[in-house]
Amino acid sequence: MRNKKIATSALMIALAMILSFVESQIPSFFPIPGIKLGLANIAVIFALYRLSIKDAIVVSLIRVVVVSTLFGTSLTLAYSLSGAVLSLLIMVLLKKSDRFSIVGVSVAGGISHNIGQIIMAIILMHNSVISYYLPFLIISGIVTGVVIGLVSAKIVERVKI
Amino acid sequence: MNKKRKADLYLIIFCLLAALVCYLLFTFSNSKGDKVVVRVDGVITNTYSLSDDGTYSLNNGSNILVIKEKKAYLIEADCPDKLCVKQGKISKCNQCITCLPNKLTVTIESNNSDVDIIS
Repeated sequence: MRNKKIATSALMIALAMILSFVESQIPSFFPIPGIKLGLANIAVIFALYRLSIKDAIVVSLIRVVVVSTLFGTSLTLAYSLSGAVLSLLIMVLLKKSDRFSIVGVSVAGGISHNIGQIIMAIILMHNSVISYYLPFLIISGIVTGVVIGLVSAKIVERVKI
Repeated sequence: MNKKRKADLYLIIFCLLAALVCYLLFTFSNSKGDKVVVRVDGVITNTYSLSDDGTYSLNNGSNILVIKEKKAYLIEADCPDKLCVKQGKISKCNQCITCLPNKLTVTIESNNSDVDIIS
């Protein structure tokens, strides 16, 4: 049982990495830094619902560290990590509250991911002018969160492991 | 299940409202700006008047700023994604252009603004 769990977690990490790579190949349509689809969150949400909270944290953090090291810079790591940590925290809390469906959890995750990145940008750039993007990033978090949430809900429902 | 869907909906509406409030806060303080302020790593490096047309090299040439017809925009950046160039023209108070890789921001500010949301 334990081995199976480790294998499934590893599978989710691999999947999250591939999804991150696929996403990096999609050109950004909006000229606002931080607007992303968040495909890798599908793997994290799957881990959150079908494995355990601990596994979801492991999948998300390992993905961020490995992907940033492979394809990004130390700045990428700082931005991704701040987004991932805040989004994990909020998603775990909402899931534990058991008041929202996967879509709600995903929306909250998407928005908090973007907010985490803005916070990191304010810290790194030593000024808060970037908070100007906040409303746009909240809207983008809602839209991508709904899409990713609907996809994740279907996958969690259908895929048996 | 239905109850959860309702909760989802409330969450989404709440966040939309929050975004709207943020947006309105920014636009309400949108008085006409007259200064173009360039910050690198949080420190003001250059200030230009929005009425002076011109082309300026910023941050040792990493970005090139153009001010034309009371609008400011970047035409050149040495970073790979060039998001700051795509962000277009800004002319109103508190609008900004950001270049994350170069830690550079260009904002419009006003000489006589009593509401300073930028710390």
